[in-house]
Amino acid sequence: MKDINAWAAIGVIVLASTTGDVLLSYSMKQVGDVGELWKRRGILAVVARVLTTPTFALGLIAMAVAFYSLLFGLSWGNLSLVVPASASLTFVANAVAARIFLHERVGRRRWIAALLVSSGVVLMAV
Amino acid sequence: MTLRKYLVLAGITLFSTAGDSLLARGMKDLGNVNVSLHNLSGLLLAVLNPWVAAGILLLLAFFSCYMSALSWADLTYVLPATSLAYVLVALVGHFRLNEEISPTRWLGIALIAAGVGFVAAGPSLTPRHERQDPKDIARKAIPSEVNTR
Repeated sequence: MKDINAWAAIGVIVLASTTGDVLLSYSMKQVGDVGELWKRRGILAVVARVLTTPTFALGLIAMAVAFYSLLFGLSWGNLSLVVPASASLTFVANAVAARIFLHERVGRRRWIAALLVSSGVVLMAV
Repeated sequence: MTLRKYLVLAGITLFSTAGDSLLARGMKDLGNVNVSLHNLSGLLLAVLNPWVAAGILLLLAFFSCYMSALSWADLTYVLPATSLAYVLVALVGHFRLNEEISPTRWLGIALIAAGVGFVAAGPSLTPRHERQDPKDIARKAIPSEVNTR
């Protein structure tokens, strides 16, 4: 039963952190290159622009959900299962979601990178 | 990609590693505080611990660098490019906390490093005109990009 809970938590973590990453990435693409904006209008303009982007707040909420699911997941499952499983699945889920929702061109190079990194994360936990 | 942008990517890696290590160090000081929704006061008091406070400051620096990177690079570029943080955490554990690194873990470290090299050598941003593919089904799910410009 504990195992099912741990995997449910892992599922929620992967879903929430992928949603968060996609929303935050989408928001920052709306804001545009912050380095340029900083040079033209100063740091306060950057902060104001980021904070007034509605999807940014949604992204933060999703990240908070992911963080709390991680805390709950850790109370149900082992550190060595929950952290690497959710981290490596999030890498792959992010590649898929970025392609679908952010229209990023995920070429062979990036697929290989995502798979190498996520399998590396799994090995480090063994 | 300019030097400044590579520095921001390095900042993501370093700040998240250092922030996490400081948080872990601080939480060990506090002993077994049961972190849960029922124990909010314990969670709030944890902020007063200097290690935890420093860790939070570094994680804020990490978040600023991360948001900055996402403003000029693809998500599928930033994530693998900054995953060296996993390797750094393992090395900090090995050299500072005398944790043993098994051959499997070294292999994992090598795979992550290879992944980082793979993505960092490629393009960092999908050109705008390629982003707007009319055939893409999911396009309607995202609000129009026009009104915020």
